[in-house]
Amino acid sequence: MDFLRPSTLDEALAMKAEFPDAVPIAGGTDVMVELNFDVRRPPALLDLGLVTELSGWTRENGHVRLGATVPYTRIVTELGDVLPGLAMAARTVGSPQIRNRGTVGGNLGSASPAGDAHPPLVAVGADIEVASTRGSRTVPAREFFTAPKKSALEPDELIVAIQVPEAAGPQQFAKVGTRNAMVIAVCSFAVTLDVAGKGVGTGIGSAGPTPLRALEAERFAAAELPWGSGEPLQENIVRAFGELVGAAARPIDDVRGTAAYRRHALSVLARRTLGWAWRSVPQEVAK
Amino acid sequence: MTTTTQQPLITNVTGGVGDSPMRPDGAQKTRGEFAYSSDLWADDMLWGATLRSPHPYARVKGLDITEALKLPGVHAVLTHEDVPDNIYGLEHPDQPVLAVDIVRYQGEPVAIVAADHPETARRAADRIVVDYEVLTPVTDAEAAMRPDAPVLHPAHEGGNIVRHAPIRFGEENPVADVVVTGEYTVGMQDQAFLGPESGLAVPAEDGGVDLYIATQWLHADQRQLTKALAMPEDKVRLHLAGVGGAFGAREDLSMQVHACLLALHTRKPVKIVYGREESFFGHVHRHPALMRYEHGATRDGDLVYVKAEIILDGGAYASTTAAVTGNAATLGAGPYRVPNVRIDGYGVYTNNPPCGAMRGFGAVQACFAYESQMDKLAAALDMDPVDLRIRNAAERGTVMPTGQVIDSPAPVAELLELVRAKPLPAIPTGPRDLRELPGGVSNTTHGEGVVRGVGYGVGIKNVGFSEGFDDYSTARVRLEVIAGEPVVSVHTAAAEVGQGLVTLKAQIARTELGVQRVQIQPSNTFVGSAGSSSASRQSYVTGGAVRAACEEVRAGVLELAAARGFAATGLAGGKVVSATNEVLADLVDVLGDEVVERTVEWRHRPTAPLDPVTGQGFAHVQYAFAAHRAVVDVDVELGLVRVVELACAQDVGRAMNPDAVLGQIQGGSAQGLGLAVMEEIQVVDGVVRNPSFTDYLIPTVLDMPPMTIDVLERADPHAPYGLRGVGEPPTLSSTPAIAAAIRAATGLALSRVPVRPEHIVGA
Repeated sequence: MDFLRPSTLDEALAMKAEFPDAVPIAGGTDVMVELNFDVRRPPALLDLGLVTELSGWTRENGHVRLGATVPYTRIVTELGDVLPGLAMAARTVGSPQIRNRGTVGGNLGSASPAGDAHPPLVAVGADIEVASTRGSRTVPAREFFTAPKKSALEPDELIVAIQVPEAAGPQQFAKVGTRNAMVIAVCSFAVTLDVAGKGVGTGIGSAGPTPLRALEAERFAAAELPWGSGEPLQENIVRAFGELVGAAARPIDDVRGTAAYRRHALSVLARRTLGWAWRSVPQEVAK
Repeated sequence: MTTTTQQPLITNVTGGVGDSPMRPDGAQKTRGEFAYSSDLWADDMLWGATLRSPHPYARVKGLDITEALKLPGVHAVLTHEDVPDNIYGLEHPDQPVLAVDIVRYQGEPVAIVAADHPETARRAADRIVVDYEVLTPVTDAEAAMRPDAPVLHPAHEGGNIVRHAPIRFGEENPVADVVVTGEYTVGMQDQAFLGPESGLAVPAEDGGVDLYIATQWLHADQRQLTKALAMPEDKVRLHLAGVGGAFGAREDLSMQVHACLLALHTRKPVKIVYGREESFFGHVHRHPALMRYEHGATRDGDLVYVKAEIILDGGAYASTTAAVTGNAATLGAGPYRVPNVRIDGYGVYTNNPPCGAMRGFGAVQACFAYESQMDKLAAALDMDPVDLRIRNAAERGTVMPTGQVIDSPAPVAELLELVRAKPLPAIPTGPRDLRELPGGVSNTTHGEGVVRGVGYGVGIKNVGFSEGFDDYSTARVRLEVIAGEPVVSVHTAAAEVGQGLVTLKAQIARTELGVQRVQIQPSNTFVGSAGSSSASRQSYVTGGAVRAACEEVRAGVLELAAARGFAATGLAGGKVVSATNEVLADLVDVLGDEVVERTVEWRHRPTAPLDPVTGQGFAHVQYAFAAHRAVVDVDVELGLVRVVELACAQDVGRAMNPDAVLGQIQGGSAQGLGLAVMEEIQVVDGVVRNPSFTDYLIPTVLDMPPMTIDVLERADPHAPYGLRGVGEPPTLSSTPAIAAAIRAATGLALSRVPVRPEHIVGA
């Protein structure tokens, strides 16, 4: 197996063009597991660890442009204020050691339906910036995932950055696992509120072939939430929102849980996270 | 007498029995510097790999190794034809080293490869072509017992029943005021040790082989190796390598024969290290159990009878199923006074993964059932569940269902009182740290749906090998002067598997010989068998052997002292002393150039086989007891559980090393917690669905709560220092205590462990 070590993004893209079968590796928390379990035997690894263009973040035009190889730990410690939903999801990833290594770019590259970063990116409407020697393009996170472990990424493309809109209101993320830490999602849910725009975003993880959006639930909540009133949520609205989220899931029975449980749990998570988000709507905006 | 001035005795020897000296491997393990068996290395060594059956049951119609041999770097590809004697087994030889014409479980070894690189070895194994005729696996243990079930081992008498262990005690048809029945199931738990199966076989110039291996019992491995390799004992030498946990999973052979065969065939050192996934197929697991119980009691809450049928799925090969079945049956009524008992334990062959030894060994499964029954009975009697247990608690003098009288302290009631008396943890108010809540850092609740529950459990475990087994250990102890100092050397074949035996052997030598410096020799087969590091037995048996050898060495030194004119009666503080503890001489001067060395084979008092019809007999050398109280918070809407606190009380007879005792209680309780709420190998149609630590979950620091622990020391007059085996009892009672606490929080019956979220929410 060849080990390619580009030191610039241009070099990395050239290598990816020349060796489209090379598997990009950043933190290695997914790739190395697959290699160790003999799930795949790529002819080459493309190590992005030296490519500094990928390893930082900037704020521009109401977005955070998050480099593909920024580890979860930095998202938790540096971006909790502007990207609270993603930071909450990052906090649930693996162990401290995994969070020091693992990256959102890697999560997207694996495109597992259970990836923890995906629901908040889907909920907030992030864009994935991908590039090749042919040029660069952005793919909406909501269109990025095409099937289990499959994405819109072309063989010669690399994930360069994720453009995440800065929070326009409270965001929440919750994940069900059968252990209190270091656990893969049985199902997960992200919700974002756009207080000024009276919008609601959702993302469902690990309950379908790809991360999903609960569109009906979003429309319902956007229409029914008592925006600007400062009033608490009505129980019937919360409950209906939960049911719509459960209905939007397309879960299966597997070793981690049953489809019925996932639907049920998503309804509970949706109710709870919407309630938490609503309660933290800033009072001055609410009034 | 040649001394003229009397010296005061200064007992400056520290780190003896009752102290908690630092374990020699502790700092190394903490720093990641300890050499485990997977770190072994030899120049010019080859790597072994194993081809395993993907099918739980299939006929092997053909095996073609041609393409594997063609791969550059491959030194050997071996099949059953290369094994001198292909059948082995820990207690019951029924298992091929390499499959011949049939495979009986998914993961059964079919062929082995040695190559100059581990990846080359794995690729070569993939090139071996096996022609399987897939058969329908037998996967239901109860169905496997029926006369019309396919017979998996035609040579075994009794169909697929490995052992039926009946217990008949008291009246056959007793009548009770109140009767409760229940059917309970226990899933397949894995030992989940962190250091995978691994070892290095080095061919020797004498035609023999030296195997460096992580195991629980060097001599049992050696016995099976000499048979499989058809070589004499002196040609098969075993050396204990660094063991990364055991918990029963290293009792049976894994890669031992394979590595030796490849080394002998290639004349090169061969290392085999299983990966994590392979490890799940490389060792036996805890028997899944189906248990039907009926308890009868008087209106006042006195137990009248226990009837039970316990079916243990032994999987494809016998391993220790017979002994596990014996334990489940003999201990199946629990630590209670029960006048009438009728239990039928069955260990059964199926095509599921082989099951055998795991911490608690049959007693774990039964404890979940009988403790669940005690709670159900308490509810039926409208009694407090702890009061009911205490009312019926076994004590010294109680007659067990085997007819055996408990002839040492059995403070069952006191243990229950201790855990009940602990103040309950407060129910917090106000904002909560996520880590304290069910779901933990995954942010699933901020208190919504969370209900607290409290539950109790108490268990009984046998210590040591039972039912007439010749259970002994061997210790060689040597005392000499090195560089002007007395030094003791202790040599046994006992396996240090993390329990702290290396530390304990030195403590015993210091106490018995009054010498500070003790060297522990590496464990190997150059000294007699120590028996297995299992059944909570090594402190008792190897501890007993080391003490006995020290006593003989002491007698030897006193003879030397006598020859030099000292009427000495003991050793202390590096001196020989009189009966009144007067210092008579320095040990160094008495010894001079003499080396005093003694080797002792030490046995505990014998046990007896069970009567095959009535199950009566003096089967167990010692009983051990622990009780737990569990406090849990359950998110009843999501079915997630956070164990808030575990309180444990255990009688250890004598706390030989108090820190190590606490460590055993913490670890055992954690393993029981794992069985209660998460740990299960999921097997469907004989196929393992979660052979990884991604999906076989074991508790983390956020799952295992703080513990309060009471250690009782009620000496067993039959045991060395009065000690009682420590390692297993806490694994028994934490599981039913947690299950009971979840029942209390949810109001659900929950007759199965592990309790999964869908069991709680009913989805």
